[in-house]
Amino acid sequence: MMNAIAVAADVLVAAVGIATPLALAATGETLVERSGVVNLGIEGAMLFGALGGAIGATVGGSTAGLGIGLLAGVLVAALFAAVAIGAGADQIITGTAVTLASVGLTGTIYRQFYGPAGVGLSIPTLVPLPLPLLSELPLVGGAFFSQPITTYLAFGLIPLTWWLLFRTRQGLALRAAGEDTVGARAAGVPVRLMRVAAVLVGGAFAGLAGATLVLAQVGTFTERMTAGRGFIAIAIVVLGRWNPLGAGLAALLFGLATALQFAFQAAGWKVPYQLFLMFPYLLTLLALAGVVGRVKAPGSLGRTEG
Amino acid sequence: MLLTLTGISKSFGPVQALRNVDLAVRAGEVHAVLGENGAGKSTLMLIADGLLRPDAGTIAVDGTRVGFRSARDARRHGIGMVHQHSTAVPALSVMENIALAAGWPVPRAALRRRVDELTSRLSLPLDPALPASRLTVALKQRLEIVKALAAEARILLLDEPTAVLAPAEAGDLFRVVRGFAQSGGAVVLITHKLDEALVVADRITVLRRGAVVHTAPREHATAAGLTAAMIGGALSVVPRPEVRTDGPVLVRCDALEVARESGTGLRQASFTIRGGELVAVAGVEGNGQRELLRAVAGLRRPFRGLLEVSRPIAFIPEDRTTEGLIPTLNLTENVVLGVGRAAPWISGRWVRRVDWRAARRRTAELLHEFGVRAAGPDAAAVSLSGGNQQKLLVARALERHPRVLVAENPTRGLDLQAAAEVHARLRGVAAAGAAVLIYSNDLDEVLQLGDRVLVAAEGVITEAPPGVDPLLLGAMMLRREWPNAG
Amino acid sequence: MRGDLRALVLAATALLTGLLLLALGLELAGYDAVAALAALGNGAFGSWRAFTGATLLRAVPLILIGLGFAFALRGGALNIGAEGQFYAGAIAAAWVGVHATGWPVWTALPAVAGAGLVAGALWMVLPVVLRLRFGVLEVISTLLLNFVAEALVSLMVQGPMQEPTGIYPQSAPIAESARLPLLLGTRLHAGFLMALFAAGGLAWVFARTWWGFRLRALGEGPRAAEVSGRVPARRMLALALFGSAALAGLAGAFEVSGVSYALYQNLSPGYGFTAIGVALLARLRPSAIVLTGIVFGALEAGAGAMQRDAGIPAVAVYVVEAVIILVLLLGNAAARRGVPREVPAGTADGIL
Repeated sequence: MMNAIAVAADVLVAAVGIATPLALAATGETLVERSGVVNLGIEGAMLFGALGGAIGATVGGSTAGLGIGLLAGVLVAALFAAVAIGAGADQIITGTAVTLASVGLTGTIYRQFYGPAGVGLSIPTLVPLPLPLLSELPLVGGAFFSQPITTYLAFGLIPLTWWLLFRTRQGLALRAAGEDTVGARAAGVPVRLMRVAAVLVGGAFAGLAGATLVLAQVGTFTERMTAGRGFIAIAIVVLGRWNPLGAGLAALLFGLATALQFAFQAAGWKVPYQLFLMFPYLLTLLALAGVVGRVKAPGSLGRTEG
Repeated sequence: MLLTLTGISKSFGPVQALRNVDLAVRAGEVHAVLGENGAGKSTLMLIADGLLRPDAGTIAVDGTRVGFRSARDARRHGIGMVHQHSTAVPALSVMENIALAAGWPVPRAALRRRVDELTSRLSLPLDPALPASRLTVALKQRLEIVKALAAEARILLLDEPTAVLAPAEAGDLFRVVRGFAQSGGAVVLITHKLDEALVVADRITVLRRGAVVHTAPREHATAAGLTAAMIGGALSVVPRPEVRTDGPVLVRCDALEVARESGTGLRQASFTIRGGELVAVAGVEGNGQRELLRAVAGLRRPFRGLLEVSRPIAFIPEDRTTEGLIPTLNLTENVVLGVGRAAPWISGRWVRRVDWRAARRRTAELLHEFGVRAAGPDAAAVSLSGGNQQKLLVARALERHPRVLVAENPTRGLDLQAAAEVHARLRGVAAAGAAVLIYSNDLDEVLQLGDRVLVAAEGVITEAPPGVDPLLLGAMMLRREWPNAG
Repeated sequence: MRGDLRALVLAATALLTGLLLLALGLELAGYDAVAALAALGNGAFGSWRAFTGATLLRAVPLILIGLGFAFALRGGALNIGAEGQFYAGAIAAAWVGVHATGWPVWTALPAVAGAGLVAGALWMVLPVVLRLRFGVLEVISTLLLNFVAEALVSLMVQGPMQEPTGIYPQSAPIAESARLPLLLGTRLHAGFLMALFAAGGLAWVFARTWWGFRLRALGEGPRAAEVSGRVPARRMLALALFGSAALAGLAGAFEVSGVSYALYQNLSPGYGFTAIGVALLARLRPSAIVLTGIVFGALEAGAGAMQRDAGIPAVAVYVVEAVIILVLLLGNAAARRGVPREVPAGTADGIL
């Protein structure tokens, strides 16, 4: 009995750790999609955020890593914004191309500076910061209140984004731009400007998420390490019904599902690890099937303007 | 002078939409801008609202010159536009739309109170929490007006506001308009309907082909004079040919119900149409006429009831550029698409093939026959003007040699000349023995064109008595009691 | 004709820009760009052996998958899951190939190819169901399934399909009769001819058949196609997606049957994404896809040589490919400037 609780606590800790970068990326992408844009380049932004985080931390410590990672994400998003919004090119293909370029560029840069065999970087990682009192709580204390600072950042940024979207004039204007381009313009909303701003902020979130992945979770950088997390974040946006709070919750559920493999291992069940690799993606697809039909996406999502 | 437009000119490529237009509107005045479709009225208003920039000319508000770079600039100078088709964001609620337009802060309770206060002050009640998508057409327009007034507009631009209203609702609108003018605002009313201008305006300006041809106070205007100014001549009346009533029944429906797309859907329809008849449906948007016509055309499945339609059927949708033509394909391809697989240029049983050369030839012939002005059968559909696109759609529909022809708003957005040509074609199809079913938002068109008139009101289709007059028709559209009906 | 000339100029510009940026990046990183580009060119075209054995060989899957991408996009669907469908086809082909010992060639080869086609199409069933029944955009579902397919390959070659000694993560070699014959003494296999055949077939479908035309109409104007053309949108969309996936699966089968003769991980260096560039550069025209497939095949073959001879990571070629795609998108967007309209994501009109 005691053992089961210990295992559950471990699973929860792992779940929150896995969920954090996803929640960060999904929150940013929620803003983006609420403005009417689908940014598949988020995967590339995360990847660059991871590389930036790794290099930044090696050079200047973990805080510098977070900052560089965030900045790298913004730069990638800027490229996407320039082509998809500035020039009005198709958002999906642009996003795919941006991610493709990011994979190539991060791989090239990484191999350049760290050798073709990929000599492991020694990166100062972020350690868990237990909050006084709260971290003592049974079960949830360790999971939610004894995490690296990036998780606490997420705790703050998620409700902040929610408030921005639903309780301010700028958020209303952004949502209008995402629902109905024509109506928003007629009401005086600078639609393109809003979308560019949203994409850049989304890029910052994604870059931060990538840096979190390296500095708080994995501890090192490898090529293609994001492994589709950016795309999963896009699915989480849908699961969260384009609401940052929902995205956070969906990310947590996702983290739980992924962390279950540790429970399996603890119980001694021998399952090929590849099944655990597949599980997150399949789960996401199933969840999407359950949610998508019943929820309306922002009206002008993904529509390109000629 | 509250609003002054001087020397406004605007071209779109080779087409000159406006030529040196002057317009002056005083505070407290309702100024009608009259002109047929394509005369440039909407373009002028888009410029006044800051959504378009003029090539030449100036705009002045309260005597000060202004340059609008966006709708927001116009808003700041007190100009509010009520568009023909609601520009409310459907997914947002009424109060969110108002907050968006007026720049009010968002928090719910305070916003709700503020909206309630405004709507009661204006006597234009609206439910603040309702999503804009659920409003009826008339209420959507009310929202447009409230949005403009919430943004503290002193100059209201109304673009063809009664196009989507029943006659009685139009009366309500004019009361609001007069009230606004009386309290010191200025109103510019764009319309192509003479009678409206004569009823509600203080001054009338007539635009023809992008230029001002007439400006005068209402007292000095006459219907004949205005018509002459609008079309540059007298209106010729096309005589109605003899109506045959002995053709075979080609359309039959009984207790027909069709699920709604928007509005009420079709709840009850029972009638027949014989070959040779041209039946026109009158009704305000969203009362089931769209579902009816689409069911007859074979695009919607009836939910309940009987529907029998003889084939071949041809359908001309209302929305030319999204449902009728594919703008990026050329004219031949669009014709091939619409004529379908019974066409002579389609061959082969297991794998159907297209003889593009034959299709091109026939398309060129059709362009000539129907007077469609285009560069040729290879021209992209987007290069055609609205009127020519419609003529192509008619040509394509007739190429199917239909026994039943269904058309939605067949002359929407067309100038009088093109509209007359389309009318003639429709009459011709009926005369050749087909059953023709149309609906139109324009009551005049319904009365002019229809051998028989049906009325769509709240999903119920009823037949109007022969020789019905517009007032009775208007009442039927609103399902209001009318003394001595029938 | 003017439109075609403009498209050609744009394509050439995109290609040159990609190469120029590569050269620039190399110089900045301290490499000798000229030597690197020379190595690239040499690796692609330097000898008959290089041309057939590297360039054309890599062009085969690119052409097939590019055709598939174009096929789906013509109907307005974005299949970004070709990578996964490729692997699905490879798994099925390898399985059949391993079990085909003793079969005659005219049974084994079609069986292998057929397995690839079917497996690829099957990998599209979930996305199609998700799209038609639940409205989940095929972009996301096909994308996520890529990762599942990669994991599945890993599972297979370390589990049920692992070669008998159990040491290496790969399948047993496929039977002799299941291997595609090589052409003219080169390393190029007969799949190349199949790819040419497929391109010709698809070109015919688009240009001459009623079905191909209606698919194109669906992609260019979905509402009008349904209302005015009575096109059964859902059915055609599904067929287009299945066909697209089948071609990708076939590419996987050919890779196993003509190049690797066994299944192992990382069989595809990103063919599924490169092929997007192949299709876009060719403006979705099947005949042009053959050319652009060879161009991109040259790029990737050259990249391998560049890594060997000049020490530059081969992944850099992804950047070149991405730049080509971006330049194409920019060029096409600029050309569309005059016509204001809103276009849903993914329709061909919004991309070309």
